[in-house]
Formats: sequence, C-alpha cells, structure tokens
Amino acid sequence: MIITTIETIPGMKIKAHCGLVSGSTVRAKNVFQDFGAGLKNVVGGELKSYTTLLTEAREEAIARMVEQAKRLKANAIINVRLATSSVTTGAAEVYAYGTAVEVVKPESAV
Amino acid sequence: MLDIIVLLITLAITYAIGSYIEKRHFKKIQQREIALIKKPIISYGAKKWNTKREIKKIEMVTGEVVISGDYFKTFVAGLKNFFGGRLTTFESIMDRARREAILRMREKARNAHIIVNARIEAIMLDCDSPEANAIPKCAVIAYGTAVTYAPQK
Repeated sequence: MIITTIETIPGMKIKAHCGLVSGSTVRAKNVFQDFGAGLKNVVGGELKSYTTLLTEAREEAIARMVEQAKRLKANAIINVRLATSSVTTGAAEVYAYGTAVEVVKPESAV
Repeated sequence: MLDIIVLLITLAITYAIGSYIEKRHFKKIQQREIALIKKPIISYGAKKWNTKREIKKIEMVTGEVVISGDYFKTFVAGLKNFFGGRLTTFESIMDRARREAILRMREKARNAHIIVNARIEAIMLDCDSPEANAIPKCAVIAYGTAVTYAPQK
C-alpha cells in the first residue's frame, strides 16, 4: 500500500478511483501514566507518554484507513490528511482520511 | 498569607526549572536544524508535484510531539489575557512543539531526497478543561511524503 500526501504517485498511473477512505481512533493513557505526566506538566517540557499516545493513535488511524482501502481493492491512498482533536482531558483523537485509488505502472497500462 | 507565600515559591521554582528546560530544548533544536540543513529538502504545499527521475521509494513520514506548558507560563498568560496583547509564554511553546515535530519527521526521512507537501497539524490539549488549574499542552503532528530517487545510471 502506497500512501502519499500529494495528488499523484510519481512514476505510476492512476487507473481507477475507489472513493474516500478514513480511519479514526480515540486513545487515552492509564491513570498512572496520567499522574506521571501531571507531575511533569507543572515544570514543562516534553511529555513522553503523551507523545507515544499520539504515535500509537496515528498508527492505528492509518491502519484502519488502509484496511478500508484494502476492502475496496485499492493499492494506494493519495492526498492523505491527518486531523486531531481533543475529546476529553488526557485523551486525543486522530483522524486520517484520503482517496483510495488503484495505480498501475505506465508500461502495463492498457 | 501562607497561600501567597506558597504561590510565590511555586512560581519561582516552576519559572527556574521551566526556563532551564526551555533553553536547553531550544539549543538542541538549533543544533539539529543546522545538522539537517537541506537534508532532505522539504516543501510545503506542492500538491501536483511530479518528477521524471526514477523513484526507488515513496512513503508517508510523520513526526509527533507533545510539549507541556508549565505552571508559571499558565499563570502569566492568565494575567496577560486580562490586558490583551502577545502571550509570549505560549508563543515559545507552540514554536518549540512545531519545530520539534518537523525535525522528527525529517530525521525519520534522513535518507530520502525530498519531502513534498509537508503539513503541520497542531492542537492545544486541556486549554478549556473544567479543572481549575489545568496546564495546557501542545500536541503537534507533522507529516509529508518522503521520496527517494533511484541511483542515477
């Protein structure tokens, strides 16, 4: 599965559009990690546990989007965007969306 | 009276530690930015980008970071909010978070030649939390398409 943030895939030809695919996830950390982050919060700096939370959320959102694209028999997703929103204290939503397409190498195009 | 003393001590401690962490972070960001200069080249908003060169690998790269404000910054911003104007204490947090996220993305794509259509998505967490003294944190995701050319013959 090729994923790009641009409207084309250089070196490939778009054969068919399969429509919009998206994936979203809301994740939260457990109470102990929230407590540790709360202490760090007072003095500032990077909150490592929240950074991993964001990484996991992003990976899961993209994985869900890819799964949906596979069901549509697409082999690439173009023009992917990520959006985040804060749902409640200590939780983050990551939403990934893009256009599923079927691409072929120019030689094999009919 | 005791409340005021406790508040002043908390402000002094968080100011000292917070500004130390921030200074160290800014120094590190600057060093990494110099080390990574033009490697890879990065472009923001080239949606129809294309190339005639042969491509070895094309993939989406991301970099994410959560930077927290501190007690002192939140307190000062709360006061300043009353009069309006620049909230410099939060400006530096946003700046740090965005630059850090971009750097992480570029470090992941260190072997790529170019990152096209990079975008930055930022959100403040806990900025309107019902808890009285919640300290806002800035979460940033930077993402783009990393392109690696095939070696030229």
